[in-house]
Amino acid sequence: MKYMLLMSATREVFEWYSKWPKEALQANIAFMRDFNQQLKDEGIFVETAGLAWPNDAVIVRAGDDGSPITDGVFPESKEFLAGYWIVDVESAEEAYKVAARASLAPAPAGTEGKMPVEVRQLMSSAPKDLL
Amino acid sequence: MTHSPALEVTIEHLLRELTPQVLGTVVRRFRDFASAEDAVQEASLAAALQWPREGLPINPRAWLTQVAFRRMADQIRSESARRRREGEVAAETLLVTEDAASQEDDTLVLLFMCCHPALTTPSAIALTLRAVGGLSTAEIAHAFLVPEATMAQRISRAKQAIKTSGIPFQLPTTDERTQRLRAVLHILYLIFNEGYTSSAGPALRRADLSREAMRLTRILHGLQPDDAEVAGLLALMLLTDARRDGRSNKDGELVPLARQDRSLWDKKQIEEGIALISATLPKGAIGQYQLQAAIAAVHDEADRYEDTDWPQILALYEVLRRLSGNPMVALNHAIAVAMVHGAVKGLELLDVLARDSRLATHHRLHAVRGHLLELAGDSAGAIEHYRIAANKTASLPERNYLLTQAARLSS
Repeated sequence: MKYMLLMSATREVFEWYSKWPKEALQANIAFMRDFNQQLKDEGIFVETAGLAWPNDAVIVRAGDDGSPITDGVFPESKEFLAGYWIVDVESAEEAYKVAARASLAPAPAGTEGKMPVEVRQLMSSAPKDLL
Repeated sequence: MTHSPALEVTIEHLLRELTPQVLGTVVRRFRDFASAEDAVQEASLAAALQWPREGLPINPRAWLTQVAFRRMADQIRSESARRRREGEVAAETLLVTEDAASQEDDTLVLLFMCCHPALTTPSAIALTLRAVGGLSTAEIAHAFLVPEATMAQRISRAKQAIKTSGIPFQLPTTDERTQRLRAVLHILYLIFNEGYTSSAGPALRRADLSREAMRLTRILHGLQPDDAEVAGLLALMLLTDARRDGRSNKDGELVPLARQDRSLWDKKQIEEGIALISATLPKGAIGQYQLQAAIAAVHDEADRYEDTDWPQILALYEVLRRLSGNPMVALNHAIAVAMVHGAVKGLELLDVLARDSRLATHHRLHAVRGHLLELAGDSAGAIEHYRIAANKTASLPERNYLLTQAARLSS
């Protein structure tokens, strides 16, 4: 079963992250690199991506003629997707364990680490229990 | 030689068939399953490149064995050179003589090994498809929609588990035999299900998994013709897969059994499945796969849904329920009760089943309740439960189907 693990944060958190001291940033980057490698070595890795920061994020709707109308004003409290992993594991419990490992990504000393990770199952093409 | 598609198909089938035989020979000779498996995969890839251009060798099996032996010898040479460099004693005693065990036994031994309970289920599935099925890592990765590197790692971890558990390359003892055979059947069943339950997406590739599971089960049935559960599983696969073309429409939407166009069902395969299960059931030693096959046979025998022999299906579920603690069986039993004794009786059973924690939050319980409430004439209740089920399912076509059911009753 495939699960998507999502990291989201408010603009405030993105701004806070951009001001981390060098050692803390390097530790976080190294952690992510090692974590991705571990998922590959364990044979459960499907995909990962980090997203560009939300400074230029826009909401698009089609106008009457179908052309894009963009909207760029967001409330401070809105959560933005920062990145995700897709893993292929045997159960939801296994996906939670992987998410808990991701949650341990190091933050600067003296701050609350334990990043929140949202876990969502990917839909399969057909039910597994029709047989 | 020209490239002929027919020749390529012949070669593909031949390679799949020869893989476990050649692998058995190489493992017997070198006593190193993990390296032997790599060597045979390389030999097989070399053949897939070379044979379409140059034509089939006179003895394809000998060709593959020889190439795999050469790979193994190269590896041992470089390994012992490394050891000499490192001042270790060169181990040249790896070569052992091949004993007279039949190639058929090898295939069986390989199946037992790849489906060993020491392996995780995903590892066992991947290794079985590669070592016994002769599929390449890329093909298996494609079938499971994961990167090739991920599948390669899964296979390598499976081999590592075999090495560390010290699983010997031999048939299990008579004591263990039945239990280990059940593990093999379970893996084959899961491979079949993986292919069968994927009606959307890269459908062709996924259908290959069902075909591959049926091919391997057929081989196993050939090796163990007297095992009633092996025959039962093969019959179940044949009778279930026979409905594949009716199970979804051209837009990939799920079509329930009641509304399937039965002219799309594979008559020949149904005949074969029915003949097989009919010959197997009287032999005694009844088991879950045989009962499931018998139920599938009753469905397949009905020309129209209205003609379904529900009393017989109910009788079979009564027996199956006693054998199996699977809550899905209990759920299907409740449906059969409803079809024979009325929706209200079925709903009463669902109330009991809802106390089972494995079922209480399962979408199928709500989908079935919605269906039975609809049969009982309670549209409002049916809509509610179809919607709850739609919220809980992880299958996109099923969610679409359940929401459509609710919408149909609401309008």
